[in-house]
Amino acid sequence: MSDYRNVIEVACPGAVIDEFEGPGDELTIEIHRDHIRAVCRFLKSEPGAFRQLSDVTCVDYLEGNGNGDRFRLAYQLFSMETGDRLRLRVWADAEHPEVDSVTSVWATANWHEREVYDMFGVRFAGHPDLSRILMPFDWEGHPLRRDYPLGGENVKFSDAV
Amino acid sequence: MSTDQADVFALEAREALEAARREGRELAETERVVAMVEARTPQEALARTRAHEANANSAAPGSREPMMINLGPQHPSTHGVLRLVTELDGEVVRDIHPVIGYLHTGIEKQCENKTFWQAITLVTRMDYLSPFFNIHAYTQSVEKLLDLEVPTRAQWLRVMISELNRITSHLVWLGTSGLELGAITVFFYAYRERDRALDLFEMISGERMNNRYFQVGGCADDMPPGFEKLLRQFVSEMPSRIDEYEGMLSANPIWLERTRGVGILPADQLIDLGITGPALRAAGVDLDLRKARPYSGYEHFDFTVPVGTNGDAYDRYLIRLREMRESVRIIEQCLDGMPEGPHIADDRKVVLPPRSELATSMEALIHHFKLVTEGFQVPEGEAYSAVECPRGELGCYVVADGGPKPVRVHMRDPSFVNLQALRPMAKNAYLADLIAMIGSMDNVMGGVDR
Repeated sequence: MSDYRNVIEVACPGAVIDEFEGPGDELTIEIHRDHIRAVCRFLKSEPGAFRQLSDVTCVDYLEGNGNGDRFRLAYQLFSMETGDRLRLRVWADAEHPEVDSVTSVWATANWHEREVYDMFGVRFAGHPDLSRILMPFDWEGHPLRRDYPLGGENVKFSDAV
Repeated sequence: MSTDQADVFALEAREALEAARREGRELAETERVVAMVEARTPQEALARTRAHEANANSAAPGSREPMMINLGPQHPSTHGVLRLVTELDGEVVRDIHPVIGYLHTGIEKQCENKTFWQAITLVTRMDYLSPFFNIHAYTQSVEKLLDLEVPTRAQWLRVMISELNRITSHLVWLGTSGLELGAITVFFYAYRERDRALDLFEMISGERMNNRYFQVGGCADDMPPGFEKLLRQFVSEMPSRIDEYEGMLSANPIWLERTRGVGILPADQLIDLGITGPALRAAGVDLDLRKARPYSGYEHFDFTVPVGTNGDAYDRYLIRLREMRESVRIIEQCLDGMPEGPHIADDRKVVLPPRSELATSMEALIHHFKLVTEGFQVPEGEAYSAVECPRGELGCYVVADGGPKPVRVHMRDPSFVNLQALRPMAKNAYLADLIAMIGSMDNVMGGVDR
């Protein structure tokens, strides 16, 4: 069991579901989605810990993980002091995917979460400006979902010329 | 703005409103702001101005309504197609709202429908000024998933070409941001050297842009005959060229006036915003992935990471110029100490066999056929690997399911992340300084929108 898992379990009891090692030196800790904000706040404030959030992104598993969840979010944390990286994993529900926003912890999460919302339709509770970021505001559907077709759809323009 | 004002909303606003209704929610901040500046016809514009004036008249006496101006998406100084909805109070920027996505081409979606080795071609097109860094991050992630060792010579070739790419990318930045602030001459000087570097890229990879040179397992080919001599010539001249740029700008009163004290944010806020690269180092934070998490053999090279003190546009300029000098040093060390050995790994399940074997070895032919038609299988898992690109941390997150196609390829592009700093930076600054800030952050819109 990794040190980080122990530390998180002590600080936020019940938050950790599982952990995965590899490939290489990568470490992933799966967090219960109700606890993600508390865990992030703890990991950021802990001395010598993760002051930078490098990335937030998502993977769509159409078949789900067996618990009614479909979207797997990955938070890449980076510690500037030790050079360590840590990945947090959170599963979001298939029907109403919603996860707490971590924008209040790291300001950088703002656009990352908007991108995940735009591309996957995962909503972030408590996000200050949850709108589409790369696609036009009136776009229907979320392009990076696995059931969104590649090609074949009409090219959309928001103005009739 | 309440929903019953919908009749004065312009087209895009109505679309946003409809989308919000469909999803059963209120308009978000950016959507509301865009709604306020969009107009399709003069009548629409007039109706909105009237509504705006009525608002202004009913406000407390002396209060000033900011003027909403669209900066972009077509604007010469936005490095691509960036749109900033700007709230102006005279010459002072009260707030900006970046609107991006105009260059979105769905590369991440496309990658999911290509084999692992085909996707390399696509990722080079994201940040088009630093194609080698894009492939480097991507191939590193795939190599990590495959547990594939890259030969030392291939690592050194990668470092050498990456540093040359850092120079060309900084030269484009230098030329264009000089142009934006009125220093036209430096543009010609910078592009003169860049063109010679592009010739070198063409020589080694066959392409001047979007070079598909790094492969999973190493590099596509070794240095061609004569390449080393030309590269040595280039790096021996480069320091004096950088002196020329510095001579034109470093003590130029106009350049100093336009860049000094412009776009400063506290280091803590920059870290919180996820800013990396020269923009963070200018504020005095010594963070460079080549030192913090050495990859591709960077621990064997002797170079320093320039760090600034003030964090203004001038410091970012100085740091990029010094970085070019350091890149020259690294390239020289590469050329002097280039280890012998293969330029690509020897794993026939992943790497194409040498052309010469195809005519003599049946096995090589089979491997070649399988790799080209099917691609190679990557074991199930996820990997994130990052390189220090000219703009900061360029990370690539790859998820594989054991098949020949990636389940997900995601690029953490530093331009996308660094652009978020523009809003806090621009608040209460002059409009003219906003242009200097955009230039000094060096965002490439291809990377932002992907």
